[in-house]
Amino acid sequence: MSTAHSNAAKEFLKNQTYAKWHDATFWAVRTKRDNMAYGLDEWEQLREKASAIKRHTITHLDEYLDQFATKAEENGCVVHWAKDAHEFNEIVYGILKNHNVKKLVKSKSMLTEECEMNPYLEQHGIEVVETDLGERIIQLKGQAPSHIVMPAIHLNHNDVGELFEEKLGSEKGNHDPTYLTYVARLSLRNEFLTADAGMTGANFGIAETGDIVVCTNEGNADMSTSCPKLHIAAIGLEKIIPNYDCLAVFQRMLCRAGTGQPTTTFTSHFRKARPTANPMHIVLVDNGRSEWIGTPDHWEVLKCIRCGSCMNTCPVYRRSGGYSYSYFIPGPIGINLGMLRNPQKHSGNVSACTLCNSCQSVCPVKVNLGDQIYRWRQQLDKFGTANPQKKMMCKGMSIVYGNENVYNLVTALAHWANLIPSPLINNGLNPWADGHKMMKFPKETFHSLWKKGKVK
Amino acid sequence: MKIGLFIPCYVDVVYPEVGIATYKLLKHLGMDVDYPQNQTCCGQPMANAGFEEQAIPLAEKFEEKFFGERSGIANHKDFDYVVSPSVSCTAFIRLNYPHLLKGKTECEAAKKTMDVVEFLHDVLKVKHPLGTFPHKVSLHNSCHGVRELGLSSPSEENIHKFNKIKNLLNLVEGIQILEPERSDECCGFGGMFSVEETAISEQMGIDKVQRHMKTGARIVTGPDCSCLMHMAGIAKKRGLNVEFKHVVEILAAGL
Repeated sequence: MSTAHSNAAKEFLKNQTYAKWHDATFWAVRTKRDNMAYGLDEWEQLREKASAIKRHTITHLDEYLDQFATKAEENGCVVHWAKDAHEFNEIVYGILKNHNVKKLVKSKSMLTEECEMNPYLEQHGIEVVETDLGERIIQLKGQAPSHIVMPAIHLNHNDVGELFEEKLGSEKGNHDPTYLTYVARLSLRNEFLTADAGMTGANFGIAETGDIVVCTNEGNADMSTSCPKLHIAAIGLEKIIPNYDCLAVFQRMLCRAGTGQPTTTFTSHFRKARPTANPMHIVLVDNGRSEWIGTPDHWEVLKCIRCGSCMNTCPVYRRSGGYSYSYFIPGPIGINLGMLRNPQKHSGNVSACTLCNSCQSVCPVKVNLGDQIYRWRQQLDKFGTANPQKKMMCKGMSIVYGNENVYNLVTALAHWANLIPSPLINNGLNPWADGHKMMKFPKETFHSLWKKGKVK
Repeated sequence: MKIGLFIPCYVDVVYPEVGIATYKLLKHLGMDVDYPQNQTCCGQPMANAGFEEQAIPLAEKFEEKFFGERSGIANHKDFDYVVSPSVSCTAFIRLNYPHLLKGKTECEAAKKTMDVVEFLHDVLKVKHPLGTFPHKVSLHNSCHGVRELGLSSPSEENIHKFNKIKNLLNLVEGIQILEPERSDECCGFGGMFSVEETAISEQMGIDKVQRHMKTGARIVTGPDCSCLMHMAGIAKKRGLNVEFKHVVEILAAGL
């Protein structure tokens, strides 16, 4: 019995040194996050508040979107609405074409990953340069992010050193992280200065003011928007929050939860273009979100602020890595988002959960991630993606457990299993025996002892 | 107080001694304990695997067995509580039975079923000395005990730190209680998870057993036999010298 995730995870674990490093690295991030969370007496109140704000905003999203768009237009921004990924890509390309853009610099945006914008623009002859260091590294390597906050965490400084030797002409054999950062900085500085447009994602959109708020550690969002004369901001509908009071709640939590820092180094606010630049464009993207609001079991994923803490705490993610999941967002939130996006394609991730619920205890906005995975499992049969072996096992169990006479007969015989020769058990057909020594069954069950009056 | 004893299927078959210890402990504490016969399973394994509908008949049976007309025990409806030595089964009953039985019958089981640790700690509020167990133990905080039944404060949350299992074990004479690093990280059992995601399940199990052993204890104790069964299978396969005991076995030791 296996799934797409379990097969990939098995491969991941073969390199034990790397797998142990991966687990320890993310546990260290979780620990830093704990120190931050324990450091704020009001942490649990903040979580409750953050969850309530999101619930309120999402259930009044039409009003807040309207307010946001009106304000942004009053500020002089051009607001676009994209129904889906394709429409989003077309809108962005249209803006770039109108401004005769040849090169676009980008700060980090998971939304553009979701819409597969980079390949679309590249096909249309536009050069796209990622400027978040992690994103830039995986772009040069031709890879997808393995984590939403730390996209290149799966690579070490030697991997990056060799990559930079090849792509950026850095000194051979010099894999010193400070040197490599310097090389990246020089190269990116040139990209900023020669780009025709800059794009940012958005961590938050403020309905009351029409502002876009972007949190980065590298200042690359500011460079992307202050050098070129055109700024396009891409924002998912669910990122709108009512006002700056609400922002204060999320700003205190996002980075503490995500990386264990009290705040990101930069929290950049964009209201309108600078006087000498072209008007700022804001693209609001639906791409399924307005439908998800209507799903009673799964709407809560829209509360997510993409801090990544559910990945860092997930014992399965830490031991299987981002690439073991079929959706571009891995871990507990990715399992759920993938199923909303395309259940047939992403059912193979639903096994990647012990239902330990650490994710929902860690989540700063209290998304019920584990509960939702449980609910997706109930749907697999309907999607035609349930494992037939597992289905048979469950039916079998239900027959045995459903009839006490059958149950009593089977359990009375269980201890005979002790006599089965080990090769018949440890033969690869019994997945439990792969990692476990079979348990010894005692001669009598509790039930039988009770009946004989031996329970005293 | 009238207690109905629920002994989950795998405890019945693999760990009858845990059932016996639970009974002994409850009797020692003056409870009127009965065991409605012909119990089977709460339905959790199938539901967690994605086949909730297979759990519905079992939920109905459970409700009937402990609170129904035909349970075969005089005054069956007078059970004040159903008590069980398994946190995950108890959590499943409490959290899922109401919706599994929705529209069929009012669910008494969800309101009255308790894990033995929370029953001793919260209902009986046991504070006097229990048995004797002069050993070091490493405490296994099972996920569903921590995050669904609230037996201890989850490490993720910034709330007042507590641990009900520890409070009870502290009543045992001679015991030394230790906790592993990553005190409430999952052991990787997860029911069907352990046969569907064998590699990860095994890795999590190995990591957990090693952390327990790093405390110096050679006995691991917890409130759920399924975690203990998983870790015991992994430890035995590797010839590790460590034992696994349910909390009730230690609380009842020497009584």
